[in-house]
Amino acid sequence: MSDQQAIAPAPAWRRYSAAPPLLLVGSILLYVGVALWTGQTRMLETDGVIGLLQRMVGLGIVALGQTFAIIAGSIDLSVANLISVAAVLASFIMQGRADMMLAAVLIVLAVSALVGVVNGAIISRLQVSPFIATLGVGLILQGLLSASFTDFAGSVPKEFQLVAYSTFGVVPYSVAALFALAALASFVLWATRFGAHLYAVGGNAEGARLAGIRTDLVTIGAHVVCSLSAGLTGLYLASRLRSGAPWVGRDGVYDLESIAVVVIGGTLLAGGRGGVWGTLAGVLLFATLDAAFNMLGVSAYPKLVLRGAIVILAVAVYTFRTRGHVA
Amino acid sequence: MTVAIQGGRERARAVALVRRVNFAVVVFLALYVAVGLLQPNYLEPAGAMNFLRRAAPLAILASGQLFVLISGGFDLSVGSLVTLTVIGGSMLTANDPSKTWSTIAALYAIGLFVGLINGAVVAYLKTPSIIATLGTLLSVNGAAMMWSGGSPRGYLPDNFRMFGRFVFHDVPVIGIFPLAVAVLVAVCALAQWGLHGTVFGRRVLAVGDNPRAAELAGVRVEFVRLGVFVISALSAVTAGVMLGGFGGVSVDVGRGLELQAIAACVVGGVQLLGGRGTVVGAVAGALTLTALFALLTLLGLPQPLKDTAQGFILIAAVAIGAWRRRRAV
Repeated sequence: MSDQQAIAPAPAWRRYSAAPPLLLVGSILLYVGVALWTGQTRMLETDGVIGLLQRMVGLGIVALGQTFAIIAGSIDLSVANLISVAAVLASFIMQGRADMMLAAVLIVLAVSALVGVVNGAIISRLQVSPFIATLGVGLILQGLLSASFTDFAGSVPKEFQLVAYSTFGVVPYSVAALFALAALASFVLWATRFGAHLYAVGGNAEGARLAGIRTDLVTIGAHVVCSLSAGLTGLYLASRLRSGAPWVGRDGVYDLESIAVVVIGGTLLAGGRGGVWGTLAGVLLFATLDAAFNMLGVSAYPKLVLRGAIVILAVAVYTFRTRGHVA
Repeated sequence: MTVAIQGGRERARAVALVRRVNFAVVVFLALYVAVGLLQPNYLEPAGAMNFLRRAAPLAILASGQLFVLISGGFDLSVGSLVTLTVIGGSMLTANDPSKTWSTIAALYAIGLFVGLINGAVVAYLKTPSIIATLGTLLSVNGAAMMWSGGSPRGYLPDNFRMFGRFVFHDVPVIGIFPLAVAVLVAVCALAQWGLHGTVFGRRVLAVGDNPRAAELAGVRVEFVRLGVFVISALSAVTAGVMLGGFGGVSVDVGRGLELQAIAACVVGGVQLLGGRGTVVGAVAGALTLTALFALLTLLGLPQPLKDTAQGFILIAAVAIGAWRRRRAV
């Protein structure tokens, strides 16, 4: 990786990853092409497109947070388990009562933030590699959750279901929320001190420390953002499914898929480079693939095989020119 | 004076000796004694042999995963490959014992193919191995489901299952000797020789430590990467053949094994991102995890809380390892 560093500063356009526009164009072409080829042109009308965007929400929110963790040179494998915890906790506290909604949301977000602090502290203070630290925290969360709940727990009130099922005009709340969160995340990364510190720590942790940055706090901050986004995805799933179950996160493979879309979106797995719009474009690619497989009538298992191959190819498209070594 | 110096020297030598003993070995022995106190069967030779038999698949997976970890990568596809091996075994033999050997050969060929794909994607397409092997995990799982139609039927012939279940009786001293333990010993010896006794093993360590330096020293890094992923995949097929003898044919025999294998290596002091690790450590880590599961079962903990305990142990093992390294410098 180090041999890539040019002596002269790269021209301005080189600093922007080519991934987001490429993925966007590729996804649109794929979607439109498959819709026309199979003659399902109603998929190109408003409802079809909104449906496509709605597929992005669950994975999209958690992937935004995962982007923060990966830019800071970390990784979070506990998000799928935290999503389950958040969904179950929300519906268990609400028990179908509208007056408990605010309390439930606040408790879920507080628990998520706490998990983020624990993840970040284990990584930065105990010097445990992020892979093991978050894997361990995920196991702990999932174990506690599955020991306490074995089935759908409680339910969410009608009012809370509006989060997933209500719209502004034609745009669902959830889709609007996803793009609003993406804009906020983008602002934090580009225009705040915390964002700059994330890139600095991810690019060269020792250098950042020597420059006076409290790298431990930056790592903890990145994990708090990541865990909060997992908590939000859990709340969204509880709203959509009308109740939370201890397997909703794991069944969605949100841990590995969120990492995959971040990397497909052009964020460097080693940290220090990337952004949320690429991640969103990666999520769009996944949603488009799902939609395209459905239109083509590909059955569930071949879909899995193709999905795996596409994950590899999508990343390989722009890693294969890498000079130096990757492990 | 001289006495004091000698005492100091002896102490230094003793400390050096203690440092050289793998930490996981100590943890394993402590856990195993705890298990033995709760259930004295484990302290008899037959109980110990049975314990080793149950630990064998994870230990074999860990010694394969070890090569990939030392070279600086991850192999997340081994669990799905175990599943594919068991399901493929039942589909290919189709209840016909005479097809067992050709089936096993075919399964190893599949493993070789998956390993080569993983290695080639990482070495030539430069895709980070977490992503590359995650992709193969999804594909191989999908292939196993497709092959069996989602609900595997039938059973494996007895001569296929013998690798997991056959036991030699009336062996002197130890009483019984499971075939699985013989396979385990053979695989460990092979891994020990491959990693610590061959030029290839040295190169794996060198590549994990600093790939650029290894390349400048004349190591063909791509070949080493191909090699480690093939080794890992072949160990997964071996573990799969063995697990096929343990239980029935199901689509989730291999689920989560990749993370357990990585966890075993890490408990055994293997450094993630490469350059450091031993076969003794990986195997001791696998035995530690198996002893931990046995202990938690004896304590009557439900499966979910076992996962919780595993999470704690994993973090603690790595944190202690990191602390020991910081202190040693």
